[in-house]
Amino acid sequence: MNNNIESIAIRVDDLSFHYGDKNVLQHVTMEIKKGSFLGLVGPNGSGKSTLIKCILGLQKPQEGNVYLFGEKVNKFNDWDKVGYVSQKANSFNTAFPATAFEVVSMGLFGKVGLFRFLKASDKNKVWEALRSVNMDQYAHQNIGELSGGQQQRIFIARALVSDPELLILDEPTVGVDTESSDSFYKMLKELHRENNMTLVLVTHDVGVMTNYVTDVACLNKQIHFHGNTKEFEESSSENMSAFYGHHVHVLHHDHGHE
Amino acid sequence: MLPFLKYEFLQNAFLTGIMVGLLAPVLGVFIVVRRQALIADALSHITLAGIAANLLLGKWSSFFAAANPIYMGMAFSVGGAIFIEQLRKVYKHYEELAIPIIMSAGIGLSVIFISMADGFNTDLFNYLFGSIIAVKRSDVWTVFAILVVVLLFVFFMYKELFVLSFDEEQGKLSGIRSNWILVAFMAITALVIAASMKIVGILLVSALMTLPVAASIRIAKGFKQAIWLSVLFGEISVISGMFLSYYLDLASGGTIVLCLVVILCLSIFYKKFTGSRKVGHL
Repeated sequence: MNNNIESIAIRVDDLSFHYGDKNVLQHVTMEIKKGSFLGLVGPNGSGKSTLIKCILGLQKPQEGNVYLFGEKVNKFNDWDKVGYVSQKANSFNTAFPATAFEVVSMGLFGKVGLFRFLKASDKNKVWEALRSVNMDQYAHQNIGELSGGQQQRIFIARALVSDPELLILDEPTVGVDTESSDSFYKMLKELHRENNMTLVLVTHDVGVMTNYVTDVACLNKQIHFHGNTKEFEESSSENMSAFYGHHVHVLHHDHGHE
Repeated sequence: MLPFLKYEFLQNAFLTGIMVGLLAPVLGVFIVVRRQALIADALSHITLAGIAANLLLGKWSSFFAAANPIYMGMAFSVGGAIFIEQLRKVYKHYEELAIPIIMSAGIGLSVIFISMADGFNTDLFNYLFGSIIAVKRSDVWTVFAILVVVLLFVFFMYKELFVLSFDEEQGKLSGIRSNWILVAFMAITALVIAASMKIVGILLVSALMTLPVAASIRIAKGFKQAIWLSVLFGEISVISGMFLSYYLDLASGGTIVLCLVVILCLSIFYKKFTGSRKVGHL
């Protein structure tokens, strides 16, 4: 395992997490390779968001460790390598008086550092990130005036502005209409292909996701499956029914691409 | 020079008012967007307890009798602010509980101190409702020192305060040490509240922090504009409120707050008649 440590973006090592006496995650162990596009699926309450927060160091697990790019998460400092779009991005204060440009520029604050200000080159990066999600024409609109799908793109731009090597998205398409979420997934796929970025997408939208991701992990307190998309599809019907506790048809939405 | 400004006490009030009209709305923007508008109220009541404590101690000690009660007010206010942040951690799921706890503790202490100090006097009345004749030259310098501290803090910590107000998780991911920044922010808010009370009065100080912001976020494009508009509204209200207070012989706190209410109504109507786009809910 040590000889390929360079190629691992995230390593989760025997991680357990509980709130009080309620077990949320039990002995989760997984490795996410650099350059992969992982779909992390699981039913509601399966601990997906908690796992992501542990990976990002926002929650401390009672047992186990997380390593980001080979570094223990509590020692990890290169946070500009990591972009994160939280589930909360769907439920932020929509009356917050901030323009799309101001929201995206927040993604650079860690890089810029304490007591310093954004330079012209930083502002160019914000424009670049806005263009990459096709939102540059809305730069000076207040974030609350945009539609759900547009807001989501702004949060992606905020995560992308520091040129991360790893992008983690927690249920990014909740509350976004189907059409927007389709173009959203296509955008993620392009980001993955063009920039060789490692992507982790948390979703309960099993069917649509398999058209875009390279790997799938199923979580329900424990990891039930982790493999590439093809293996997942071959085993999916028995896996999924055991996993969700009832029979599930994995719907394949073919949008005719590729 | 304006006839209004020929007396020293009016110059004092005017200078202090202009500084407070800048300070309170600047901090108010961050407080309102963090949905903590009531914190200003809680802190102003604990400030009152400090002032009452100073009046009481002044009965027994010539040191306190000579001291400006504003300092004791500030000490209580900063202590209360730090206590609120601690309480918010204890009651993680009921964060807003910290506010009534501090507020009622503040009122309780004030009432006890006031009754022990033989009840109300005009001095105390001025603190409650604001008075432009009670501002001393030493108050002006105290508020000026606070102005410098607050402007430096907001100028250099703008990014951090902005991120933490919008979403604390993102702040943590940017490596921002949120705890000390939030505690420092609360302490600074407490200082500004204590500084504002001579002009607007303890009962109305939260209005100067929140009403200009309530008006500006209806119409502002972006966060910086919200700050500038809040300051503009704050200054208009303080200056016109003080003029009205002087010429009509009214308590300055009341006239300032009523000016703020007028501006707030205008901004709501302005948005109603011009805003055809989807707008955020207040």
